[in-house]
Amino acid sequence: MTHLLEAKFKITYPEFSLDVDLNLPAKGVTVVFGPSGSGKSTLLRCLSGLERAPSGFLKLDDQVWQDEGIFIPIHQRKIGSVFQESRLFPHLNIQGNLLYGYQRTPLVERNLHLDEVVQVLGLGSLLKRYPEKLSGGERQRVAIGRALLTSPNLLLMDEPLASLDMQRKAEIIPFIKKIKDEFETPIIYVTHSMNEVLQLVETMVILNSGKVVNWGPVEEVFSDVQLRDAVGDGQLGAVLETTVSEHDDKFGLTRLDFMGQVLSVPKQNIPMGKKLRVHIHSKDVSLATAAPVGATSVLNILKAKVGKIGAIDPNGYSVDIELDAGRPILATITRKSLSNLNLQIGQPIFAHIKAIKMVHEMDT
Amino acid sequence: MDIPSIDSGPIWLSLQLAGVTVGLLLVFATPVAWWLAHTRSRFRVVVEAVVALPLVLPPTVLGFYLLILLGPNGWVGGPVQALTGSVLSFSFTGLVFASMLYSLPFVVQPLHSAFESVGKIPMETAQSLGASRLDAFFTVISPLARRGYLTAIVLGFAHTLGEFGVVLMVGGNIPGKTKVISIEIYDRVEVMEYAQAHILSAGLLLFSFFVLVMVYTVNRRLPVQVT
Repeated sequence: MTHLLEAKFKITYPEFSLDVDLNLPAKGVTVVFGPSGSGKSTLLRCLSGLERAPSGFLKLDDQVWQDEGIFIPIHQRKIGSVFQESRLFPHLNIQGNLLYGYQRTPLVERNLHLDEVVQVLGLGSLLKRYPEKLSGGERQRVAIGRALLTSPNLLLMDEPLASLDMQRKAEIIPFIKKIKDEFETPIIYVTHSMNEVLQLVETMVILNSGKVVNWGPVEEVFSDVQLRDAVGDGQLGAVLETTVSEHDDKFGLTRLDFMGQVLSVPKQNIPMGKKLRVHIHSKDVSLATAAPVGATSVLNILKAKVGKIGAIDPNGYSVDIELDAGRPILATITRKSLSNLNLQIGQPIFAHIKAIKMVHEMDT
Repeated sequence: MDIPSIDSGPIWLSLQLAGVTVGLLLVFATPVAWWLAHTRSRFRVVVEAVVALPLVLPPTVLGFYLLILLGPNGWVGGPVQALTGSVLSFSFTGLVFASMLYSLPFVVQPLHSAFESVGKIPMETAQSLGASRLDAFFTVISPLARRGYLTAIVLGFAHTLGEFGVVLMVGGNIPGKTKVISIEIYDRVEVMEYAQAHILSAGLLLFSFFVLVMVYTVNRRLPVQVT
């Protein structure tokens, strides 16, 4: 079920201002992405009611939470919040923590119950223990469960994995996916980790300097030549949706179908026909105006057309090119190469993809 | 050797006075301490100074102004007398009022620092889970601030037991009404009954010592809060 979230906030601090106007379908996970200081957490605080933007409007479906003269206090909003730190109450055991919000939710509004949340999040063995005895990952699972047990209409997660190490992160992401699948609560998820984005997202909102730079389905949003500032050098690139078409045991490869072309990645243990999401960094894409004549070690060469030529980077030597290969792909090349290749918009081009960084199964 | 006879009246009166004073102070000091811990108002320093005044003022100064304030013509004593017909000065009620002022910093300050160390986050978290501010205060903040409450109760109680100057000035020395231990000790010494003075003094000394030992022990044993 899709919920409609309308949010409009304008708030000014001495060194920072947030000015957003969002109107988005809240379904599954919506990621708010952006560099630190871009206003992600402030946006979440405005949504939850912890911060009151002097001029603001907030509506989920037909419930108005903020408007001129209206400000529903935080404890009356049906919003669950999970933060970077678990924020469990140290004087209550895990069951007490989980039930804190549940007991304060009117009977008729409770649509999630202790048993199912405990089961989905694997908390059964922890109930009688106290937060200080738990690992960081366990605490975060409890925090997620506690927020879910208020049966919220919207779940806000502010970098919930940021304080955990890689292993713990990997441990929790499946639980977040499970929540997405098993409970219908839409999630707004703040992060600046590309890894989390690729694994969780349907829709994303990209923030930079307090403003929404772009938003929409992740495949479309991410391949925008305007994104360099907001996404950061190391993560700029296209997110492509592909289908597993063949496993090549001889060379240890898996072939992926992408808009009628083929990409090869190291062998994945995923059945054929499944959808995979890959992330191709713009720096790993080089361009050639003709098909290679001799042999090349590059496995993945996509035929595309030159789409847009973006702005020159601050150092003045490279430039981002948006290619059209059925879906947009980004390439970062030097200005020198741009001049050598003499690229024209619409010109056919061969994109040599030197590496495919991340591959994630999509749940469909 | 004869066991000197001790009048238990002043002891009970002292305990009663300290109990009532601390009970009322907790109700009154909690919001003040909460406000001090969270406000950004510029009046904060003024309120902090007023709360700390009894620490530095000679008890006689406090007692003198209280006597005027609580007397039949005072701003507080006058209206109270008009309403209830009873005089505040030289009464138990007057003593409670004076003790509350005198012990105020000993209750407000531990609570203030406890609320500060609890911080804003538990309140925000509880509210985001559907608790009203008052609900969150009783179910989350006060349990987390329990060390502060324990210190406030014990210090407030012990300090009220030990006050002398203010009590003497506001309460006088009326047996069964305003004569508390510290004044009884003074009286015994005046009439050279050192044995009785010894018993009362040593009692107060030991009581205070054990109470403080208890506070420090419990404070050490209570787990340090982790969030």
